[in-house]
Amino acid sequence: MKIDRRSFLALTAGGTVGTALTPLPWKLTDDISIWSQNWPWTPVPPGGEATHVNSTCTLCPAACGITVRKIDQRAVKIEGMAGHPVNDGGICILGVSGLQLLYGPSRVKTPLKRVGDRGAGHWQPISWDQAVAEVAQKLGELREKGEGHTVAAICGSDRGTLPQLFSRLLTVYGSPNFFALPTIHDTYAMTLGLMQGGNPQAGFDVENTDYLLSFGSGILEGWGAPVRMFRANSRWRSGYGKVVQVEARLSTTAAKADRWMPVSPGSEAALAMGLAHVILREKLYQRDFIKHHTEGFNEWQKGVLAGYAPDAVAAVSGVPAAEIEALAREFARARRPLAICGRGQGNTPGSLAESMAVHALNALVGNLQRPGGVWAMPEIEYIDWAEAEMDALAVAGLQQDRLDGAGSDGFPYAKYLPNRLVEAVNSGQGYPLQALLVSGANPCYSLADAAAVQKAIAAVPFVVSFSSFMDETAVNADLILPNHTNLERYEDVPTPLGLTRPIIGLSRPVVAPQFNTRHTGDVVIQIARAIGGTVGSAFPWPTYEACLQMTLAGAWGPLNRDGFWEVPGFQPADWAHAFETASGKFEFTNAAVTSLALSEPIVLPGDEKAFPLLLMPFDSMRLTNGWVGNPPFMTKAVDDTVLKGDDVLVELNPQTASSLGLSQGQAAELQTPVGAARVRVNLFEGVRPGVVAMPTGLGHTAFDEFIAGKGVNYNMLAGPVADPASGLDAAWGIRAKLTKA
Amino acid sequence: MAEFDERSHEVPNESENDISHPPAESDDNPKQGDGVAGVVTLFFIVGFVGSLVVGWIVFPKLLYSQKHQPINFNHAVHVEMVENSCESCHYFREDGSFSGIPQNAACIECHEDIQGETEDERIFVEEYIAKGREVPWLVYSRQPDCVFFSHAAHVKMGEMDCVTCHGHIGESETSRVYEENRITGYSRDIWGRNIAGFKQNSWDRMKMNDCANCHRLNDVNQNSVQTQRGGCFKCHN
Repeated sequence: MKIDRRSFLALTAGGTVGTALTPLPWKLTDDISIWSQNWPWTPVPPGGEATHVNSTCTLCPAACGITVRKIDQRAVKIEGMAGHPVNDGGICILGVSGLQLLYGPSRVKTPLKRVGDRGAGHWQPISWDQAVAEVAQKLGELREKGEGHTVAAICGSDRGTLPQLFSRLLTVYGSPNFFALPTIHDTYAMTLGLMQGGNPQAGFDVENTDYLLSFGSGILEGWGAPVRMFRANSRWRSGYGKVVQVEARLSTTAAKADRWMPVSPGSEAALAMGLAHVILREKLYQRDFIKHHTEGFNEWQKGVLAGYAPDAVAAVSGVPAAEIEALAREFARARRPLAICGRGQGNTPGSLAESMAVHALNALVGNLQRPGGVWAMPEIEYIDWAEAEMDALAVAGLQQDRLDGAGSDGFPYAKYLPNRLVEAVNSGQGYPLQALLVSGANPCYSLADAAAVQKAIAAVPFVVSFSSFMDETAVNADLILPNHTNLERYEDVPTPLGLTRPIIGLSRPVVAPQFNTRHTGDVVIQIARAIGGTVGSAFPWPTYEACLQMTLAGAWGPLNRDGFWEVPGFQPADWAHAFETASGKFEFTNAAVTSLALSEPIVLPGDEKAFPLLLMPFDSMRLTNGWVGNPPFMTKAVDDTVLKGDDVLVELNPQTASSLGLSQGQAAELQTPVGAARVRVNLFEGVRPGVVAMPTGLGHTAFDEFIAGKGVNYNMLAGPVADPASGLDAAWGIRAKLTKA
Repeated sequence: MAEFDERSHEVPNESENDISHPPAESDDNPKQGDGVAGVVTLFFIVGFVGSLVVGWIVFPKLLYSQKHQPINFNHAVHVEMVENSCESCHYFREDGSFSGIPQNAACIECHEDIQGETEDERIFVEEYIAKGREVPWLVYSRQPDCVFFSHAAHVKMGEMDCVTCHGHIGESETSRVYEENRITGYSRDIWGRNIAGFKQNSWDRMKMNDCANCHRLNDVNQNSVQTQRGGCFKCHN
């Protein structure tokens, strides 16, 4: 038997025929296709029981209701809560992305104590007992030395039980230095307080407005509650109303408005007065309201008629006089006109003069306390804790001046001036700040001139962060006592600002705490008790949850069931009863108003020769610029004309660009009196010549690798400008210089 | 050139040799031919039979690895003890989704303490219940992740029995060996025990053809969602 090539061919042929008669090829093909359709390395979420939990989103102040879908113990999807007064089933991109913050790598997983230099990122995990004891010991020592007033606390807001616990702690401890970060709503509250009396918040009945005159408010950029504003805008777009956007830049809101009126930036207040001038001159105002329910009208009218003729306003604002006149008539003749202000998302408090001028327009057309107008919204006073006993140290500490001068003669109406606190610490004015507590805020990122904020924080010997995330402020702290995230904790959320329905929302645990974190409310109570004495006894609640439950009393049940509680049958007070001023009427002007420096201009920092351009920020729905970082889902949605790779693009008019020798996408050095950064240029005709527009919400340096290192933080280039009337930050830009890199 | 010359020179010599021994050669040639054919046939048969053996016997053995359930579970005992037969543990949730394999929470009522004397029971209570760990059961009927199957549509609306697809597992006294496909990672029960894919009972296989077959037999294929536009995505996602 001779084995040759033919034998092997035969073997192969036999094998082939045989194999074809077995299931092997068909089975293998099938298996390989299944394998290739279900790559074993692709993560697949485990199946399980689906449940839904109603809660309130606290990632921004809009306080939308959310319904979180869970599979077993894992949250898998955040949706808008159907029937919620703010968002009725809708949700924004930040709310949807909230899971990336819950499960993302920027969480602080356990209490941390700094072991290396400040900001170097060397931490030692410590126990909660030690963390609470260290803070209590430090605060106790300062208090014993009579330096209680040198302790400050910065919270994101002063509304709700958690900030109020901080406020109470500082009060019984003996420090006047409690801070919240002001926004346009602080300016609005001041405006309403001065013109309408009392202490209301402004509510805007956008659902019923048929003519919206917006002075730079980004109704499609996140002003107010974004979902609510988008929905209102959809109604206007579908023929229900008209939107006029007064803004220097062609924002999304401006692009979608019925009319865009580009104005010289900073001239909005003058334009509002110019519109008032036309309405007054032509007697287009609501006569019944003006005659019976207002004070100071004649005096105010005299000033407006004298100083704001359309021609004069046209010269300042760049809007032709004829257009001003036409706009004023259109506004006054609309059925339910509403004028609003607050640039972009309204995160900067802005000018009081502008806010008052815009509010006066609403008063002229009588659209206060009426459908489609501005409503004075009383706070729901559910936080009604027994007055705390104060010892001698507390009384002595509270007699000290606030470091920022808020409430003093210079700034009688301001509650908090965080920018002035920074200035005081950096310049050594007043007394040195010895300790700082930061909760629900990220001032090292979100305050103007963030570098100065970081410098000020570096000068404070003891800084405690209560952040859930390793944010820019936490990085610079001595101790981090991480809070549960918004999806892991209870918290009450008072009526979101701007809403015309008084509600309390409840944020509640959707999932169990993922790490060794603790509710900041519990930690504040524990710190107070560890300090002891009257400080401890001011906090009679065993836990934060017990405190919340007692505080909310009857609302607790409905809140737990529905996620929110609404004041039944709320209607805005009528004109005869709405105003709490001395005259009981709406006051266009009064002694308090005339004493304010309302006509002083807001001067942006920087010399015009050295810095020939104007840098202005713009907000976007796809970039959050608050105390949380931009979740990667959102960053993915950012256009590459805003962020390309890790480079931010600034908008520049082609005319300006060519005079600077810059072309699309080219790298450039952007300098302001405050800082400098490398940027790229995006040519855009929607921005005025001489203006550089820059997105906010980029340029994080902390958090995690997915959030940090993308673009430039506008606040590192911007500086605050104290409003001459209110003291709040009214900067809407800064002088700048752009050179080829 | 030289090589060519040599060859051309040799050829006549060879032919001369052939011619010089014609009888011997002619006797041998046919035999040698038979031998070659025989060898070829033999090799063909070896290849043929060998591949049949590989395809039908060796391949299935190689394709599947054998795994044992973490706990040897006795369905028969449980069905006897619980109130609602299968549905005591394998129930529909309020939202209509199917619970599938129960979690510890369903077992803890009876198994907080050790019941009986088996080693499996001890392991279950001590290692899983006491420590709060879920049992990593191997699921014989788990479909690939790209497949969606609604129990509610079949059991509630179609009024099908569990047995139709899952067989008489409810009567089993031990957990049988779980054979895992080394390529796909899914159970052998999906393709069926028979490597050729033949089946005798409706529960022998769980491939798409089996779905289609049943739909055809019950005449649901003409009015069900699978035949509408976008029907593929009712089950495949």
